[in-house]
Amino acid sequence: MKINQSKDDRMLEIVVSVSLAILCITTLYPFWNLIVVSLLPSTAPMSKLYFFPPAIDFQNYLIVLRSPDIYIGFRNSVVRLVLGTILSVIVTITMAYPLSKKYLPNRTFWTAIIVFTMYFGGGLIPTYLLITNTLELTNTIWAWVLPNLVSAFHLIIARNFLSSIPKELEESARIDGAGDFRTFVQIIVPLSKPIIATVALWTAVGLWNEWFDALLYTPAPEMAVLQMVMRRVIMAGSNSFEDALTMDELSYINPENLKASTVIVATVPILITYPFVQKYFVRGVLVGSLKG
Amino acid sequence: MEKNYLIKPKGFALLKDWLASYRKHRVLFLMLIPGLLYFIVFKYFPIYGLQIAFKDFNLVEGIWGSDWAGLKYFNMLFTTKSFFDVFKNTIIISIYQLVFGFPAPIILALMLYEIRNLAYKKLVQTISYLPHFVSWVVLAGVFTRFLSPSSGPVNILIKTFGAEPIFFLGDNRYFRATLIVTEIWKSIGWGSIVYIAALSGIDPALYESANIDGANKIKKIIHITLPSLTPVITIMLIFAIGRIINDNFNQIFNLYSPIVYPTGDVISTYVYRMGLAKMEFSFTTAVGLSKNVISFSLVIIANAVAKKVNDYGIW
Repeated sequence: MKINQSKDDRMLEIVVSVSLAILCITTLYPFWNLIVVSLLPSTAPMSKLYFFPPAIDFQNYLIVLRSPDIYIGFRNSVVRLVLGTILSVIVTITMAYPLSKKYLPNRTFWTAIIVFTMYFGGGLIPTYLLITNTLELTNTIWAWVLPNLVSAFHLIIARNFLSSIPKELEESARIDGAGDFRTFVQIIVPLSKPIIATVALWTAVGLWNEWFDALLYTPAPEMAVLQMVMRRVIMAGSNSFEDALTMDELSYINPENLKASTVIVATVPILITYPFVQKYFVRGVLVGSLKG
Repeated sequence: MEKNYLIKPKGFALLKDWLASYRKHRVLFLMLIPGLLYFIVFKYFPIYGLQIAFKDFNLVEGIWGSDWAGLKYFNMLFTTKSFFDVFKNTIIISIYQLVFGFPAPIILALMLYEIRNLAYKKLVQTISYLPHFVSWVVLAGVFTRFLSPSSGPVNILIKTFGAEPIFFLGDNRYFRATLIVTEIWKSIGWGSIVYIAALSGIDPALYESANIDGANKIKKIIHITLPSLTPVITIMLIFAIGRIINDNFNQIFNLYSPIVYPTGDVISTYVYRMGLAKMEFSFTTAVGLSKNVISFSLVIIANAVAKKVNDYGIW
């Protein structure tokens, strides 16, 4: 009897381990396939399955990296990421502090005003009209960062974190006569590094991946962010590289493989940084799932 | 600090007290202002703009100046066949997502819980979280290639078995299934985090006593692991049901094409095309407002149910 059970358990363990291995392969293989394809020489037949490139050819990458669109996209995405993350973190933490204080007058009301926006909003058209028509932000860098400057969700998480800082830690500064603002800058901000890191990372990933705002509000070619450049390449194929290609190249380049290398070039920054910052994201989710 | 009154102040005295509390905490309140301004301008002004659903909006007259149209655009909702179709698509895709997508991260969490080798567990977690960080724009590039009828690995495999290739992203019979599978592929790992956290709270003593009783692993999963996940599953399920009218604009907008509009066009993509491409501002605002009201009511109901069932609401 006992032996039978442990046999069942062993079976289960094997089945589970193998299933998880299959999941990992399923997750990684589409990316791997794209990497392989991006390295294929243009003469390689497309209708064959490659697990490894038969020969490595960087030609597609050379064309992609020669294209001015990719540079414009990278530059704009980096500008947006840096500016947006800094502004967002400053405003979020500065706002979270008063909301974490029980003695803020009408605290429940001010919190409710923010929480309400998580569940009800004006939607696409009124927001679009506000930004393009009323505020006239079209094709300005402010259209990259202002529409999603503060996330109500991040704000509530930050507020919960700040509420959990023991009051005693502030008291020494208070005794020295520091007001709310000085206490915040000198005591609270240094203690809030974990939540600042979490909010900054979440915001940064969101900004890097955001494309819809750019589609709506910054349609000018010189204002294209990387996601938009990529979208155009994926939708249109090699046409977007026409300027960068010589007549000779146009005749033998495989546009499908060129698309693949564009996607890889744009995704590599995420793939490289991801393993290092992954644990902060997970920690953030766990902080957020606890009720404040 | 709050004052303790024997008799509560009324009228003018109350107002004076109120102003005094703001004066006393003015620095604190000032810190609130930049963020508050953001919410007023970018979140509340669009809510004010929702009135164009009741107006014949034109850009020259603006939100305030346009003439009232009554419920004209809401009546149009019921007479426009295309709206009925996208509403139907939205609900069908959400239900599929609920049936197939909801259990996926739970199963993954249960599997990970059975893995004793910590390094392997971490590896699986790291890999399965990865797609969460990649945008649908990139994934559209990945999947158009991966599922391509001519050069995609999936179809190459199908063809080696002698079957006809399937145009997953361009065939109405397969488009919804493709949406569900790719969404599960993207979110299964990230979605499992909340269940993994719940599992880590189980008291090991429960398993020890089960061992003494001679229970095997399957029995332990059924009688210990699953029951301790029930509260989290209930909450997540209630809120997933509350989101049933919401659709995944990012995913569908990047994967669909006019061929699959009959099965794949949903409320948000419809609002985008009708509103911004065809400039039907008032009609699409009416569509958006109706959706928001339904969605908001569902969240309120979901929250009330969650509180009742589990004593755990979001507010």
